[in-house]
Amino acid sequence: MKAARITADGVYRAALGGAAALVFGVVALIVYETTRGSVLSIQKFGLGFLTGTAWDPVTEKFGALPYIYGTLVSSALALLIAVPLGIGTAVYLAEIANRRFGAIVSFVIELLAAIPSIVYGVWGFFVLAPFLRTWIEPWLIQHLGFLPLFRGAPFGIGMLNAGIVLSIMIVPTIVSISREVLLATPRSLREAALALGATRAEAIGVAVDAARPGILGAVILALGRALGETMAVTMVIGNTNRISLSLLDPGATMSSIIANEFTEATSPLYVSALIEIALVLFLVTIVVNGLARLLVLWATGGRRAIAAAA
Amino acid sequence: MVIAGCYAAGIIVVLPLAFILGHLIAKGLPALSLSFFVDLPKPVGEPGGGMANAIVGTLILVGLGALIAVPVGVGAGVYLSEWGRSRFASLVRYTTDLLSGVPSIVVGVAAYGLVVMPMGGFSAIAGGVALSILMLPTIIRSTEEVVRLVPQSYREAALALGAPRWKVIQQVVIPAARAGIVTASMLAVARAAGETAPLLFTALGNRFWSTALNKPIASLPVQVFDYARAPYDEWNRQAWTGALVLVLMVTGISAVLRITVRRVAR
Repeated sequence: MKAARITADGVYRAALGGAAALVFGVVALIVYETTRGSVLSIQKFGLGFLTGTAWDPVTEKFGALPYIYGTLVSSALALLIAVPLGIGTAVYLAEIANRRFGAIVSFVIELLAAIPSIVYGVWGFFVLAPFLRTWIEPWLIQHLGFLPLFRGAPFGIGMLNAGIVLSIMIVPTIVSISREVLLATPRSLREAALALGATRAEAIGVAVDAARPGILGAVILALGRALGETMAVTMVIGNTNRISLSLLDPGATMSSIIANEFTEATSPLYVSALIEIALVLFLVTIVVNGLARLLVLWATGGRRAIAAAA
Repeated sequence: MVIAGCYAAGIIVVLPLAFILGHLIAKGLPALSLSFFVDLPKPVGEPGGGMANAIVGTLILVGLGALIAVPVGVGAGVYLSEWGRSRFASLVRYTTDLLSGVPSIVVGVAAYGLVVMPMGGFSAIAGGVALSILMLPTIIRSTEEVVRLVPQSYREAALALGAPRWKVIQQVVIPAARAGIVTASMLAVARAAGETAPLLFTALGNRFWSTALNKPIASLPVQVFDYARAPYDEWNRQAWTGALVLVLMVTGISAVLRITVRRVAR
């Protein structure tokens, strides 16, 4: 009797545990499929794939550097815009706003995260691009055109547009996690600072200082999201295979080249080169995300709800 | 000074949402009519037409994805909640979080190798598989959270009555958390409905009516993408309307669920 009961429990636990173990299977499958698919390209180009700048389906010469460059620059630009705004908003929500209002604004910002990326793309393409083309970019060219960053013609479509759209998309990540981390820092920190005669702003500075690892984690997590973002970027970056220092020029990213050309790729080597880009993108985001999760876990002392919100 | 800066940041962050929603309504609403929901796309040059095939296609794809992801995800989530202290469980948790960070386009490439290549062509099934992988992490982690909320005394009471562990979980814990599990799953499913990238070369898209699971199938996000890039004003207008419908679908469900989840959690 006793033995039978243990078995039933054991079977049940094994079934649920099996479902949990499937997660490893899924990740393994992603690794397996992307590796298997890129074998052809890896054999042909080796490490030169990462530094090559040619992308010519006709002569079958493929190099990923312009796309790696595009991904890094658009993501960096997005962070440059989103980090100060996101942290400022998080500090406002956690430290300054009253609880109720803070909760409402957080709710709105979470909704921002629920909007599908294709919608950001449509907006960036039809609204932001003409706006940049007629107002912002001519001004940048006229006043800052002496910098190589702002040289060229105002297309509206390009790296600048991609960076702005990406920044809008990653701000919710930065805000919601930084806010949680700030709320998790002990009240006594601020009270101690105030008791020592610090101003309110200085007391907030002390709290932000204590939350720094978690905020850094939030930023890296947002970076991971920006690196892999596909549809919005595909619509607004212009998709040209070139490396240009100017933010006004069109470019392409690793994800946008896959989205654009995968169904058009005719030869096995062409497909393989695109899959290798997916593999590189996968590895980069895994490393970035792994690092971010560890930071957030450490900063929140393993408090599960917060780590899950990330 | 610092405080004013934070205040300004908060305003700047909320502004884009207002702009995006404003433009969606202004540009999407005019073409929104009953025919958008019941008609098929018309050829270029002919006015009117709708995205009925894409709306149905999205429902089929999301349904397929949920069919795969919900049982697995709920099972794994319950496991993490009930036996969550082992090293195995923390490893599952960490891997799940990593999986949620994998770019959706990479998931699409994996599904291409996994389903499209062996089947010899693009299909609704391939799209469903890709979406299920994207749903999985959210379902697992939120199921874990809601099942954990079931009071410990329920489990103790059932165990004290002599029920074996599996009966306690299956007949007491899961029913008590049912509302939460359903909302958690729906949230993941709604999120997946807006995904475009993983469908581009799995489900592909279809200009015509198709509900066959082994054939390419239309989906709302992909149709919006194609229509937005097309050089025809009429299609661009429909892309806006499609985007509006998509946002209403996804955020509508998310907003309602978030509010009910908060209620339940209290």
